[in-house]
Amino acid sequence: MGVGSSKNRVDAWEKVTGQAKYTADLMPQNLYTAKVVHSTIANGWVKSFDLEEALKVPGVVKIVTCFDVPDIQFPTPGHPWSVEKAHQDIKDRKLLNRRVRMYGDDIAAVIAEDDIAARRAADKIKVEYEEYPVILDPEASMKEGAPLLHEEKPGNVIAHTSFVLGDGSFEEAACEEGLAVIEKEYRTQPVQHCHIEVPVSYAYMEKGRIVIVTSTQIPHIVRRVVSQALGIPIGQIRVIKPYIGGGFGNKQDVLYEPLNAFLCTQAGGHGVRLELSREETLGCTRVRHAFTWKIKGAVREDGTLVARKYEAYSNQGAYASHAHAIAANAANIFKQLYQDEKVLESDSYTVYTNLMTGGAMRGYGIPQGDFVTECVADDLARAVGMDPLEFRLKNCVKEGYKDPHLGIAFHSYGLKACIEKGREYIRWEEKRKAYENQSGPVRRGVGMAIFNYKTGVYPISLETSSCRMVLNQDGSMQLFMGATEIGQGADTVFTQMAAEITGITEDRIHIETVQDTDTTPFDTGAYASRQTYVSGKAVKKTGELFKQRILEYAAFKLKLPCGDMPLGEEKNAEAGAGASEAAEACAESSAWKRLDIKENQVIDKASGEVLLSLAALAEEALYSLEKSVHITAETTSHCKENSFASGVCFAEVEVDMPVGKIRILDIINVHDSGKLINPSLAKAQVHGGMSMGIGYALSEELLVDEKTGRPLNANLLDYKIPTAMDTPNLHTDFVEMDDPTGPFGNKALGEPPTIPVAPAIRNAVLHATGIAFDSLPLSPQKLVERFMKEGMIGAESGKLKGGETHV
Amino acid sequence: MLKIITMTVNGKETELAVDDREALLDTLRNRLGLTSVKRGCEVGECGACTVLVDGEAIDSCIYLTMWAEGKHIMTVEGLKGRNGELSPIQTAFVEEAAVQCGFCTPGLIMSAVEIVGTGKRYSREELKKLISGHLCRCTGYENILNAMERIVEETYRTVNRE
Amino acid sequence: MYDIEKYYQAKDVEDAVRALEEDADAVVISGGSDVLIKIREGKLAGCSLVSIHGIPALEGVRMEADGTIVIGPATTFSHITYDSVIQKYIPALGWAVDQVGGPQIRNIGTIGGNVCNGVTSADSAALLFTLNAVLELTGPKGTREIPVAEFYTGPGRTLREHAEILTAIKITRENYRGFYGHYTKYGKRNAMEIATLGCAVHVKLSADNMRISEFRLGFGVAAPTPIRCFKTEETVKGMAVTDPELYEKIQEGAVSEVTPRSSWRASREFRLQLVRELSVRTAKEAIEKASGGEADA
Repeated sequence: MGVGSSKNRVDAWEKVTGQAKYTADLMPQNLYTAKVVHSTIANGWVKSFDLEEALKVPGVVKIVTCFDVPDIQFPTPGHPWSVEKAHQDIKDRKLLNRRVRMYGDDIAAVIAEDDIAARRAADKIKVEYEEYPVILDPEASMKEGAPLLHEEKPGNVIAHTSFVLGDGSFEEAACEEGLAVIEKEYRTQPVQHCHIEVPVSYAYMEKGRIVIVTSTQIPHIVRRVVSQALGIPIGQIRVIKPYIGGGFGNKQDVLYEPLNAFLCTQAGGHGVRLELSREETLGCTRVRHAFTWKIKGAVREDGTLVARKYEAYSNQGAYASHAHAIAANAANIFKQLYQDEKVLESDSYTVYTNLMTGGAMRGYGIPQGDFVTECVADDLARAVGMDPLEFRLKNCVKEGYKDPHLGIAFHSYGLKACIEKGREYIRWEEKRKAYENQSGPVRRGVGMAIFNYKTGVYPISLETSSCRMVLNQDGSMQLFMGATEIGQGADTVFTQMAAEITGITEDRIHIETVQDTDTTPFDTGAYASRQTYVSGKAVKKTGELFKQRILEYAAFKLKLPCGDMPLGEEKNAEAGAGASEAAEACAESSAWKRLDIKENQVIDKASGEVLLSLAALAEEALYSLEKSVHITAETTSHCKENSFASGVCFAEVEVDMPVGKIRILDIINVHDSGKLINPSLAKAQVHGGMSMGIGYALSEELLVDEKTGRPLNANLLDYKIPTAMDTPNLHTDFVEMDDPTGPFGNKALGEPPTIPVAPAIRNAVLHATGIAFDSLPLSPQKLVERFMKEGMIGAESGKLKGGETHV
Repeated sequence: MLKIITMTVNGKETELAVDDREALLDTLRNRLGLTSVKRGCEVGECGACTVLVDGEAIDSCIYLTMWAEGKHIMTVEGLKGRNGELSPIQTAFVEEAAVQCGFCTPGLIMSAVEIVGTGKRYSREELKKLISGHLCRCTGYENILNAMERIVEETYRTVNRE
Repeated sequence: MYDIEKYYQAKDVEDAVRALEEDADAVVISGGSDVLIKIREGKLAGCSLVSIHGIPALEGVRMEADGTIVIGPATTFSHITYDSVIQKYIPALGWAVDQVGGPQIRNIGTIGGNVCNGVTSADSAALLFTLNAVLELTGPKGTREIPVAEFYTGPGRTLREHAEILTAIKITRENYRGFYGHYTKYGKRNAMEIATLGCAVHVKLSADNMRISEFRLGFGVAAPTPIRCFKTEETVKGMAVTDPELYEKIQEGAVSEVTPRSSWRASREFRLQLVRELSVRTAKEAIEKASGGEADA
């Protein structure tokens, strides 16, 4: 019971029986269907529409175009709103856009009675465009004379930030005699979240307000953004979030809810559904930012990391969304994971292009940044002939580290212990040696990568979370969170936390899964790796208050004398006339401190004696003729703390060089995430993150046509997320340390598992083949081309015959 | 065009009028309220809409309802016992923490029903192939395979005792 | 809901042929895993369908008196894999169609559909090529038979005429007896894939298992249609299985006969390397089976 136990999920029964209702499962029968019309050019202007044929399609209710929407630009990222103008998110899109900035931009929408009518009409809409050249990478976009994507941002650069840590410059530091210096370019690709439930919503009007039911991680932020986008007061909008089929950051953006709300108003308040197709989800929502890094590193012969300098270019795509926050976060890992002896120079650019819009995705820039720090670590270690694990132990962030800019620290530090655990599991030394001198076409190797990750977003953004507890007549609890369950298990761990704090057992805690901005308390939602930490604090604070209120009533009901001396010693001290007034007064006093709740019973704290059942107390509290109280508690926790989590991935691979295939023979993630609230769910979450990391490493990449910017593989057949047959058995381990800043000793776990996997695999391939691949994914064709170029395989490689399969 | 068809859904003979353009997915969700059948891609790539037709797992998004005439259809809604008790497969999914966001879960459970129904023993690698028509983004398949291994083994033992 | 203009369920083959004759634009649908997807993506939106789904005469596998194996085109992939005749006599075909998509697709997709949609990536096609399979088409003018190697006329194009239905896939005894086969599907993933390259081999050894008496090599995605490498087959005929040059000949021959193209999915050079490698690996696998004398009758 309580935290630390592997309780089954509170929503598992609903999910295995099909009774859990997701957004599309709740839709009433008579909704109109909306279909978004997407641009078929990537850069230019919509000059005009010819709607004549489209409007003739039977069943079409209305067609709304970019000429009909309010002239309001709004932001979309799921950040807490900043009341300081300078820190507000970039407002750079309209509900439908005349200025087309990506292939598939939203330019019009059809409202129809059914799917087929909507689709047929959308196909019949003729669009006249003015076209500009397509720009797909930051370099081209930053060139002088490149077409401007957003007038507000000259040069197409959204932001450029830099910092220098240490003294002097990289060049000065690199002058030192005997240093090994590397200069490289690393690239990461755009990938997509691929939650199995597509973004879907429906909107209707009720009592003059717009109600939006939607699959989102951030209902309260959706409400704010809809208000901004439509220019209507926030109180006029109600957002409901039912069960959700995964988000991974894509639904931490306000995607189509504002347009859905607007279309509803255009249909006279009639309900309108807007369900994206998988193709639209991949091509028109958000992606993980592609990055290019130009980096130099210098290492001393003894393996000391002396200096690094880099320029990072983050490909933002068409709209700002989370914008430079991603590149800024990616920059953090360079300074936080390794401290260069002399200097680290950092330059980061976020640049608009005509690619799909980059947004939040599990890890928020760190999987990209960590790929580079961990490639560099291996490449530098190799340059001086050092074991890459020893290089990391020598140079990685030490206990007691505090970020010089943000002040975030390791309040508990388990990174080195994680490395040791993983080293032992994978039998590092033995395998590094065994795989040293291979010559066949199929070779094996082991690799590793480490990371650290901040738990919440403090002090960069506001961290606020609210929780409400309500006592039912039978002594059970209703638990309302503003924080959202999106599959990660939030509702289960909140329930465990509430049980831990209040003494009410989990079977009597009923958590509300559906967030409704009309009734649930405020929280900014599910993002970062914040919920068990930030929202957990809200549960703890509210639970403590709730328990106090229960015990105050217990003190009243038990007619406890005032004061906080142990029970029995003051018995009957205030008996006689006026006892009930005295008891009531005691409720305000500290008498309740003598009591506690254990397994749904009020007990005497000192002796453990059971005094009263919660059920009896709750019934009395509501129906008492003397003193009726509806016992509730609601608090907001404003979190002003943060702590680093960390961990490591070790991978053992086999590379079939002639066909460019990588098979993962063994893989383990070891995490330093503080105390685990639910070990079984923690493991499960690590599995999912590792799987996403494997896809990032080996097979996932959103491709667009270079000339037109049209997505080439925006479907789940051509966009390759791993199937069960592509996934090795996944091993996990933890170093559990009590983090003093966590509400229950816990810190981040949601995003971290994805982070170190791709570089660990890349480094294992380096070990196996001696070839350093510097871009993701490690796709078969890329491998084969390189091996051929190196003369390691192919017709020109005289030494190797095809079909040899020995190690 | 509306046509009358008869099929047995979760053990109950059902006669209903359907549009002959409907996918079985649409019919089960919209006409019969069986919302465990999830729409994830509409082209047979994700497996979220998997149901059993005469005992075989299929993607109901690419199966015309007209073809279900006279067939036995089974969805997750048909697995629970009379008193609401979970089937052993469902229990295994709950206890092995094989469920996260839950969107792929009903489809995977239906494939598990077909697999377990053979009464055969399968290795973990064989099970991976047998569930390779389902995409899951939350679990890395690890705990799903644990649940499947457990239930396949239990069933095999039960069958072989008899 | 699919954007289908008109749907007709044929009662039998004759009825289907008649329905197709009446509607020059109608499309035949069998398992649906290909046609329905094309309707949804717009390529066939608004089309009329003639469904041959569920026609019993088109389903199942049987062996005729003369040993010819007849596969009903509407037999699903999984039914082929688990069919006892296939498992006993041409297990490589059962294996090949077990590489299609995933289990649910294999429970609805049919071998006839796989052949008739005319794509070079069809997992069954390359293998049927190495079995010299013959396709029986039934149309308004009766039935005719076409060797599978002549059936494909270009990407997505075949000799099947509008009102014709594929009614049988036949493999005669001399084309499977004594042959041992293997199919290698190369995809980026290990499931839910369209082949980047498919390689099929059937081989027959001399009585003493020492020499290649017949060798058949087929590819998918190595050219606009599935192909056979007839020249290579001739070259290696009669070679000793232990000949150190055997696999070099196979590799060189295969590379000289294929004409893969570049697309965003894979470059020509990459596909050539796969041809080089998979031709050898697949041949080795088949020859090993033949030498061991396992499985095939």
